Amino acid sequence: MIKLHSINEYEELSKKFNGSKNSNTHIISISSGTCGHASGSIELEEALKQAVKGYEDQIGLKSTGCHGFCAAEPNVIILPEKIFYKNLKPEDAPYIIQSILNGEILDNLVINENGIKYPYIHEIPFYKLQRRILTASNIVIDPQNIEDYIAIGGYKGLIKALRMQPKEIIEEIKKSGLRGRGGAGFPTGIKWEIASNQKSDIKFIICNADEGDPGAYMDRNLLEANPQLIIEGMIIGAYAIGANRGWVYVRDEYPLAVKTITINVNNAREMGFLGKNILNSGFDFDIEITRGAGAFVCGEETALIHSIEGKRGNPSQRPPFPAEKGLFGKPTNINNVETWANIPKIIEKGAKWYANIGTERSKGTKIFSLVGNVKNTGLVEVPMGITIDEVVFDIGSGALNGKKIKAIQTGGPSGGCIPLEHFHLPIDYESLKKAGSIMGSGGMIVMDEDTCMVDFARYFINFLQGESCGKCSSCREGTQRMFEILTDITEGKADEESIELLEELAYIIKATSLCGLGQTAPNPVLSTLKYFREEYIAHIKDKKCPAGVCRALLTYKINPENCTGCGVCKINCPEGAIIGEPKQPHIIDQNKCIKCGFCQDNCKFDSIICEI
Amino acid sequence: MSVEEAIIEKSIKKNGNFLIAVLQDIQEYYNYLPEECLIQVSKKLQIPLIEVYGVATFYQSFSLVPKGEHIIVVCLGTACYIRGGKKIVEALTKELNIEPGSITKDKKFSFETVSCLGCCAIGPMVLIDDAYYGEMTPKKVIRLIEELKR
Repeated sequence: MIKLHSINEYEELSKKFNGSKNSNTHIISISSGTCGHASGSIELEEALKQAVKGYEDQIGLKSTGCHGFCAAEPNVIILPEKIFYKNLKPEDAPYIIQSILNGEILDNLVINENGIKYPYIHEIPFYKLQRRILTASNIVIDPQNIEDYIAIGGYKGLIKALRMQPKEIIEEIKKSGLRGRGGAGFPTGIKWEIASNQKSDIKFIICNADEGDPGAYMDRNLLEANPQLIIEGMIIGAYAIGANRGWVYVRDEYPLAVKTITINVNNAREMGFLGKNILNSGFDFDIEITRGAGAFVCGEETALIHSIEGKRGNPSQRPPFPAEKGLFGKPTNINNVETWANIPKIIEKGAKWYANIGTERSKGTKIFSLVGNVKNTGLVEVPMGITIDEVVFDIGSGALNGKKIKAIQTGGPSGGCIPLEHFHLPIDYESLKKAGSIMGSGGMIVMDEDTCMVDFARYFINFLQGESCGKCSSCREGTQRMFEILTDITEGKADEESIELLEELAYIIKATSLCGLGQTAPNPVLSTLKYFREEYIAHIKDKKCPAGVCRALLTYKINPENCTGCGVCKINCPEGAIIGEPKQPHIIDQNKCIKCGFCQDNCKFDSIICEI
Repeated sequence: MSVEEAIIEKSIKKNGNFLIAVLQDIQEYYNYLPEECLIQVSKKLQIPLIEVYGVATFYQSFSLVPKGEHIIVVCLGTACYIRGGKKIVEALTKELNIEPGSITKDKKFSFETVSCLGCCAIGPMVLIDDAYYGEMTPKKVIRLIEELKR
């Protein structure tokens, strides 16, 4: 790797990369993020390596980060044509190679929606409505190779920034309207300005990559697919604020992301983008990687700071805010991964360009992880202001298995549900808040008629009571008590007063907790009570779970017409609740049945019925 | 110098006095945090043992008891949960005959749950040792366990 000593040297290198044509006429870009690995991309890549032997001069292979369309994993994109092949198996490899050599398209491997085939990426409904800015380069970058990033214009933003005054950069970020992508949506430029105005010789910046919201994985994707974008954003931010040291605090549950960002920080240092006197600008800056150790609360900035310091991740009282007194007592600016990733493009293309995307108060694009009971699951980058309807039905292609979608959940455990009748709402910070949820970091979980909203609220409260650091008794004991009440409801043991009690507890926990975890912990309960109160009442009054999820409220029966008397259910029943002679229809003793559902899971004849 | 001391010394050299990073290195080596190591770390970093213990028990990725030969982790992130993660936990509880968070008597399997593995689009997810498995069903996961038992 060449070490760059000046802006001129960067520009020469950049020109060289731009001028040099790829020696291969075609590239197969293999989606190799963690989801890809889990779906078989490693085996696919191995098969492609074998199949391409003898044709290496015409076809190159590139292992990239995730292409975003996770439901279609493992997938490849043939470049330069941008042909998308989905759900591949190693056996497909020789056909793919042959088709490229013959200039053909393999019809059976392209996306097929409602009988229409979409071979090219820009035509595929999943991609068509997206506006991929941060994720655009994922398909052409080998995330281990910094030269790939420079070849697509990487570090142009930094070069421009180094020619600007720090104050000008902060003004530009303010003008762009960028707001924090970690959840709260605080204006980034103002945050930087506060940190920049602190009088201190030593200042720090932190990239919050402790992506703890269950159901959200945008940050993992950026770390795995385009890590230099984040690093470039951090260097620009450090220069603007006047910080010389930075940390990336990354979740330990993301081993590939930890590995990729570590390699890339080293590469950036070797190339001269990090270290002393960066590109002869007189500015020193370096980045360290800190691995989290599995604590959701460490996503909260004061808890995260304590964790980097090696302590328990207990949040502290604010003020003083980290910008005044943060890591090791020094002014510290913390931004989330996606916020940092927005910075290089804003500086390179200008605040005006950026502010043109989105709505009046929510600018730019937002990456969502569209998951749950929706057909096209994956990461979608959309302009702010797009409606929920468009994301769920046009991009996501609606429900799985012909079920009826009833709500989405955004904002993770701090967020809330938005029911189908509000899907016309635009996605921006204010609209989602008004609807009783929040933007959050970007999880968008789609729920259908088979999701019980009481069980779902119980799930989040269970998560939060486990993750509460225990400092505030209202959060520690309150979430535990809420969990017990919700458990009673799902087991049909609660009375009508329990809803009132839940609401009272919610109010107290919100009002008296120190940090964001406690202050927002009751939200999943409050928002499901707001929109799906009738489901709570059905559990309490009628002792029924309308979605058929809460097992204690279900009745398992055997349909004698289907039952062959094979006895498999009898063997699997842990309570010995199934009675019957071989080859005769069996029956379930309701007094013994614990409703575990093992009989239904194991019946080959669909003869176990679960009555709601 | 004992093996424990050597590992701790090496880690301190690499990480300075960053307690969590040092504990991560020990955990990586032993698969858990032996009591003797915690005492050594406390002495070497001059951090009271109660604080070291506090950190070791605060974070989920640390374990104070040895783990099994194979570590089975079921994701209970939101997306995995609504796509049937709970059923995977139930099936494994029955198959391994232990509750999540414990280890089988023969020390062959550790059975754990995690809040999110970040593969939400292809849930329910199961992580067995270092391999990720997507779109799991109770049947598929039991087949994987049976293969490991052989």
